[in-house]
Amino acid sequence: MYKEICVKYAPNKDNLIHILHEIQDTHPQHYISADAVKEISEYLKLPENHIYGVLTFYSMYSTTPRGKNIIRLCESPPCYIKGSYNILRKLKTLLGVGVGETTKDGVFTLELCACLGVCGNAPVMMINDDVYGDLSEEKVEDIIEKIRGRN
Amino acid sequence: MSLKHIDLLICCGSGCISAGALKIKERFHEVLKEHSATNEVNIIETGCMGPCDYGPVMVVYPEGIFYKKVTPDDVEEIVTEHFIKGRPVTRLMLQEDDKTFSAQKDVPFYQKQIKVALENCGYINPESLEEYIATGGYEALGKVLIEMKPQDVINEIKASGLRGRGGGGFPTHIKWQMVHDKKDDEKYVICNGDEGDPGAFMDRSILEGDPHRILEGMMIAAYAMGASMGFFYIRAEYPLAIKRIKTAISQAKELGLMGDNIFDTDFCFDAEVRTGAGAFVCGEETALIHSIEGERGNPTPKPPYPAVKGLWGKPTVVNNVETFGNIPTIFLKGAKWFASMGTEKSPGTKVFALTGDIRNTGLVEVPMGTTLRELIFDVGGGMIGDHKFKAVQLGGPSGGCLTVEHLDTGVDYESLKERGSMMGSGGVIVMNEEKCMVNVARFFMEFCVEESCGKCSPCRIGLKQMLTVLDRITNGHGREGDIEELQRLGESISKLSLCGLGQTAPNPVLSTIRYFRDEYEAHIRDRSCATKVCNDLMHYDIDKDRCIGCSLCARNCPVDCISGSREEKYTIHQVDCIKCGNCFDVCPVKAIDKLPGMHPDVVAHRSELSKAVNQYEDL
Repeated sequence: MYKEICVKYAPNKDNLIHILHEIQDTHPQHYISADAVKEISEYLKLPENHIYGVLTFYSMYSTTPRGKNIIRLCESPPCYIKGSYNILRKLKTLLGVGVGETTKDGVFTLELCACLGVCGNAPVMMINDDVYGDLSEEKVEDIIEKIRGRN
Repeated sequence: MSLKHIDLLICCGSGCISAGALKIKERFHEVLKEHSATNEVNIIETGCMGPCDYGPVMVVYPEGIFYKKVTPDDVEEIVTEHFIKGRPVTRLMLQEDDKTFSAQKDVPFYQKQIKVALENCGYINPESLEEYIATGGYEALGKVLIEMKPQDVINEIKASGLRGRGGGGFPTHIKWQMVHDKKDDEKYVICNGDEGDPGAFMDRSILEGDPHRILEGMMIAAYAMGASMGFFYIRAEYPLAIKRIKTAISQAKELGLMGDNIFDTDFCFDAEVRTGAGAFVCGEETALIHSIEGERGNPTPKPPYPAVKGLWGKPTVVNNVETFGNIPTIFLKGAKWFASMGTEKSPGTKVFALTGDIRNTGLVEVPMGTTLRELIFDVGGGMIGDHKFKAVQLGGPSGGCLTVEHLDTGVDYESLKERGSMMGSGGVIVMNEEKCMVNVARFFMEFCVEESCGKCSPCRIGLKQMLTVLDRITNGHGREGDIEELQRLGESISKLSLCGLGQTAPNPVLSTIRYFRDEYEAHIRDRSCATKVCNDLMHYDIDKDRCIGCSLCARNCPVDCISGSREEKYTIHQVDCIKCGNCFDVCPVKAIDKLPGMHPDVVAHRSELSKAVNQYEDL
């Protein structure tokens, strides 16, 4: 199943990060399973421990299943100064989960992340590939409602 | 070529997109269609125009009219009034101190700015190679390949005095010369787009707004060094930048600007994009190289420098995005012109990202040596509201903070370093008097602890130790000697860490101790946070004269620590209070005050507790 993704890339070690990204992005639960690691290891002829070493080094990869939509709230200083902690509190109450957790219906996973580079519009969060800026508690509620409606 | 008589440039940088620019663009298409005016207006998506706080922004040519904070509802009016009737919409223009600024060139934000690396950002469509060529794009590459020898190229960069814009400020020509002088069959050039510094977003904006410029800069570098392969290493957090640079590469290949025998010379070049996966340390060049190789992004000791032994053991040069962004212009306008700007030791311009409690947040480019006052108050428009300027953090978590007394310091590599701060990648985080400097320092430390790769112990263990001390201070358990302990730890971590991350991580703490020692002392000795930011060092209190006894606070208290009655009014039992702030938020008559300092009841309670613990330990 993961082989199809692997073969798009030449079997070189330097393609490992690309492969991991694509496997994670195309998995409905946005994570890299033990099976995937096994298949990558066979394809790239790298020991599994090397793959786990890389996989756990980078914060964007997950080895546990996550929700359909990944909310990544920026926790960097410019956002903090503009009150990202209030947004985090709001998100936690809205979703009923803590950081790193997935809602029971599997729609959202709440995560914190490093600077998204949209500091001019702090506080900022990214849901999947979309960036939402100038967040207020009301705005967050709207955004979550809208995405919930779609799922 | 468009024969339409109006050009509408909509800023589609990530900032404006996050504020809804794409919806506005869609709305323009709809409204123009309704008015059958699609043939009259050319809608162009540009990169970042700079003033993110005004977002979404747009400029209408030929007049150059600047509109800010546009919403989809305003589109109808712009089309009917401005485009059809020719009457620009005044209410969407920038208005300050009773003045209306209609043209973009008159907006105060753009005064004092000189754009080199940002020249085309917000002015051309980044996905159009033709537009880049129309502004003089790839002319520099042609000139270099046809008229100059590699050594001449390096000499020209040396004459311009260009220094690395990623943070360190290392002279660019020295790196290039080292790789040029190495004899090897393979050499690599890498563009460092792993912009990890919180508060810096110039690299993202240039990659998104003018990708061909970076590609051209990289090719000139490759020619000078004899490299034929380049890599763009871009953070995965920047999907748009990745997409734009990939588009640029395929467009350049299609037109023969990349590939074999470029401009009919012997020069061949190819480039690939590699992405990060969320690791701050990968901005360090050796860590970045390991990441491209498919390894964990751990840094390795230098020397050997990448110029000697880099990617796959071959000579490699790693330059920042903004550095490459300056190169084409240096060759078009000459090294002399470039060196005429800025200061003697730091020539040229620098892009800064203004963020925090400042009115005009956004991206600006000013000559080196511009004072902080000009940067923050003239370009940045000063502080939001009636707040006072307290401090500015330059260079992200690796930099240090500066205060009011440094406002007249010129911003260049040396003068910032002398004052305990650093240029870093150019993030400028402005803070007002409501910010607690101890808390800010703790916050930066927490960031560095999380981002430490763990390879060397001074950084892995030392930073954690500093964070423990800072936690203690902000929790109200600070002890005499903690400040000295922080300084001692900070200095040894700076000296002993393997890479730049560890070496500079203590800077925010050391610089805040240097300039705000009294705040640290108040936290430790008086158990008080004057700005009421540190939860344990402030308390809420109900003013009985103002309290109307409505019981709303008591009913909203999650820990039931408020009691009273309509007659007696309400009281907070300080020892149980978790300071969630609910009571403060819900009080209809604002009878609850936020006060600095730990409440005497809590102080007494804590000392009793510690006595009990001591007795227990003695047993």
